[in-house]
Amino acid sequence: MSVEVLPAEGLLSASWLLIALPLAGAAVLLLGGRRTDRWGHLLGTATVVTAFVLAVACTAQLAGLDERSADVELFTFISAGELDVTAGLLYDPLSAVFVLLITGVGSLIHVYSIGYMAHDPARRRFFAYLNLFVAAMLLLVLGNSFVALYVGWEGVGLASYLLIAFWYTRPAAATAAKKAFIMNRVGDVGLALAIFVMFAQLGTTSYAGVFGSVGTLAGGTITAIGLLLLLGACGKSGQFPLQAWLPDAMEGPTPVSALIHAATMVTAGVYLIARSAPIYDLTPTARAVVLAIGALTLLIGAVAGCAFDDIKKVLAYSTVSQIGYMFLAVGLGPAGYVAGLAHLLAHGFFKAGLFLGAGSVMHAMDDSVDMRRFGGLARKLPITFVTFGLGYLALIGFPFLSGYFTKDAIIEAALDRGDGWGWVLGGIAVLGAGLTAFYMTRLMLMTFFGRARWADGVHPHESPTVMTVPMIVLAVGSVGAGALLVSVFPLSGWLEPVFGEPEEAAHVVAPALVGLVVTVVMLLGVLVAWLFVGRREVPVTAPARVSVVTRAARNALYADAVNESLFMRPGQWLTRALVWFDNRGVDGAVNGLAAGLGGSSSRLGRVQTGFVRSYALGMLGGAVVVAGALLAVTAG
Amino acid sequence: MTPDAEVVVSTGEAVVFWVLGPVALAGALGMVFSRSAVHSALWLVNTMLALGVFYVVQSAPFLGAVQIIVYTGAIMILFLFVLMLVGRDSSDSVVETLRGQRVAAAVLGVGFAGLVGAGIARATQDLPVAATSAAQAERNIPAIAELLFTRYLLAFEVTSALLITAAVGAMVLAHVEREPGSRQSQKELSRARFLTSDRPQTPSGPGVYARANSVAAPALLPDGRADGSTVATGVEPQEVEQMPRPTGREQLGNPDAALGTLDGTPSGTPGGRAGGEHR
Amino acid sequence: MTLSYYLVLAAILFTIGAVGVLVRRNAIVVFMCVELMLNSVNLTLVTFARATGTVDGQIMAFFVMVVAAAEVVVGLAIIMSIYRTRRSASVDDANLLKY
Repeated sequence: MSVEVLPAEGLLSASWLLIALPLAGAAVLLLGGRRTDRWGHLLGTATVVTAFVLAVACTAQLAGLDERSADVELFTFISAGELDVTAGLLYDPLSAVFVLLITGVGSLIHVYSIGYMAHDPARRRFFAYLNLFVAAMLLLVLGNSFVALYVGWEGVGLASYLLIAFWYTRPAAATAAKKAFIMNRVGDVGLALAIFVMFAQLGTTSYAGVFGSVGTLAGGTITAIGLLLLLGACGKSGQFPLQAWLPDAMEGPTPVSALIHAATMVTAGVYLIARSAPIYDLTPTARAVVLAIGALTLLIGAVAGCAFDDIKKVLAYSTVSQIGYMFLAVGLGPAGYVAGLAHLLAHGFFKAGLFLGAGSVMHAMDDSVDMRRFGGLARKLPITFVTFGLGYLALIGFPFLSGYFTKDAIIEAALDRGDGWGWVLGGIAVLGAGLTAFYMTRLMLMTFFGRARWADGVHPHESPTVMTVPMIVLAVGSVGAGALLVSVFPLSGWLEPVFGEPEEAAHVVAPALVGLVVTVVMLLGVLVAWLFVGRREVPVTAPARVSVVTRAARNALYADAVNESLFMRPGQWLTRALVWFDNRGVDGAVNGLAAGLGGSSSRLGRVQTGFVRSYALGMLGGAVVVAGALLAVTAG
Repeated sequence: MTPDAEVVVSTGEAVVFWVLGPVALAGALGMVFSRSAVHSALWLVNTMLALGVFYVVQSAPFLGAVQIIVYTGAIMILFLFVLMLVGRDSSDSVVETLRGQRVAAAVLGVGFAGLVGAGIARATQDLPVAATSAAQAERNIPAIAELLFTRYLLAFEVTSALLITAAVGAMVLAHVEREPGSRQSQKELSRARFLTSDRPQTPSGPGVYARANSVAAPALLPDGRADGSTVATGVEPQEVEQMPRPTGREQLGNPDAALGTLDGTPSGTPGGRAGGEHR
Repeated sequence: MTLSYYLVLAAILFTIGAVGVLVRRNAIVVFMCVELMLNSVNLTLVTFARATGTVDGQIMAFFVMVVAAAEVVVGLAIIMSIYRTRRSASVDDANLLKY
């Protein structure tokens, strides 16, 4: 369904400003240093807000175009022999959707951060990094080639590292940032290899070039490309097996968790797979692997989220699980793309809202994250409670809020496959919905309801306006986005230039029935949570004697342990062995050589006896050797 | 080289070679193995003379003459001069100070001679002898002169400069800087002689006898004693058999008694131990 | 007897001179051995001059003699001045250039 991409004109040709503005903001704030401390946060927010306004204008213009795809060519990136990489932007419906999400949610979070980081002396640096992230993420979604995507990919990885370790003097934060970066790197290798294969086989890495000619490759090669791209997506989106970094990334400030690890960066993987739809169309194997990864991660995230007491970690595992949903959706093929992207947008709203709410709670509770020390906050933090509650309802799929529409769309698409796998996947998705309801209700109950279990000296108070306004806006989005996207302004229509005509498949199960079943399951989850958590007294310290399942869930299904034993320990042994080899072997060889040279040199030095006659003897000896050699040569 | 050119030399030349060749070899070996440095120099003179004859035999009369006149006559004499000044009393001890030097030198020497000799012998087996007529032999010097002053003129001039440099260099090296005034004038010398020594007159030389006339024979003082100082340092004064002096009556009488032929008492062998030394 | 006999004789004389340089300790005798080596070379040159029928070899031998003369002059002057300061003419006494 390749649509003719026309060169951009008018406002769209200035779409490079979308990237340039935040980038310039980051540059000014980083290079300006302490001089910009007083107004740095304002500049940072202004650039992103301006970018949002420009994005709205560009999208409006795009909507008016017939073909609704605009190619903005920028400059020649690399020109070396046969390799001619032009850097350019592709502003089409898919990228427009992401741009609006990034700049919109990004602006709200920038405004929120003005208040959240008000007492932090390094606030300017925070905004610089946030701007850098926004610029890189925009490049990722706007680039018109895989190489441009990769540049943005690396940029967001860097910004994520810088932001997780924002309070770098804390060892836990530094370690978490390293972990995130390294696991991202593993995924990045996959993406890089995919780009290498593309270039080697097709000679081009631009979307138009690759998608146009990928059909000429052998099936195995296409599958390899698909799997490598998937590896990259897993790294960036925190899917199995590279999901362990996302919960640890909660060490960063909460706005970072909201923007990067809920709404935007972790969705880059979904974007990659959605953008590479033409490739996955040709390789059912890779698509099936995407499905499997999505389903598996969905369950892992949901199970792990049930057992944590850290509010941010629960939300992080929830993100992992929800992105599993998105992977599941895009793995279903053309039927699921739109559903997955709709869920992505809705999730961006409500998860960001939930994180901002969590930040507000932390702000009130003296930066504590232990839910066992919360309780009864509904009265003290009303606005937070309402916005958080709306986000919660959207997440669990309460009827007619955004999550309801989007999650059901995914389950319907799964069931519409028709074969046995469709039932399995649908069942897994429904089970995941139930678990989601359980752990989110547990979170709500432990935080906002019940008896106050606050620590001494904690006086919860509502957050300032600069923090609550973005939360309110996001709550509104959480409520309405689903209906908007699925029914009022159908996303499927908007994304038609990218994914083609929406197929009117015969539904295996009637949508109304699906909706009913999912709602029932959701209510069941809520009930179970109320029974186990709401009715009983919440212990202040976590109980030690728990079932095997709970212990497994507390350890995030032993993902860290597996990583350590599979990769970290062998890595350490390898390092130790190499160090030993370097010290004994290499150093020994070098020092031994030096010692040998020194020894032989001093022994040889004794030849210098000082006697002229000895030297003359040597000369005569040499003359004999030369004469002998000459005779041997001429005689032989 | 024409294949039928002369290779074998004339018989006369062969005879000369086989006579003087061993002589030259003996001279070389004698030079290397004799203990006294002066002996070595003389053995080398021997070898050089033999080589001079070789040059003449090989139709190089000019070079042969130059060898004898310049090389032997000038250079070796210079060697002897310096030996007298410097090395006469410093003869090598037989003991070799460097371990294994003699053995190694012998082995290498034999090896080198064998290798090079055998190689040369094999390579130059058929070296032709250029036929030289009598006219060509006569024209040896003009031929040399012609080449010397045309093709080798530069070398000629350069070597002459070299000779000048060598002479100047030798002068510089041998010069002993004396402080002005350190050399005593004649006046001071004679004053010193008369004031300090007890023999201010010119010392006399060795004595002249009827039976002995050598540098080892001491002169006689007025009272008949032999004066050891009249003999050069390093030379043992010899007991010279002297004629009896007719100083009184007891000297006159039987000539046999005077001559000592009656009783057959030996009056000292003329020459004695030191006799073999005077040459 | 051919001309190669002269050449072999010259080679043997050369070797004897070389061995003499190694074995003798008196500086002047060493010098004389060097002179012997030069003489053997002269013999070789003259022999080859005869073989080729030209006088170039003789002229080279002539130059060798001239240079040998200059060399002897300077060398003996050096030995003399060394003897004056060190009171010894043995080559083994100049052995300070050692490890």
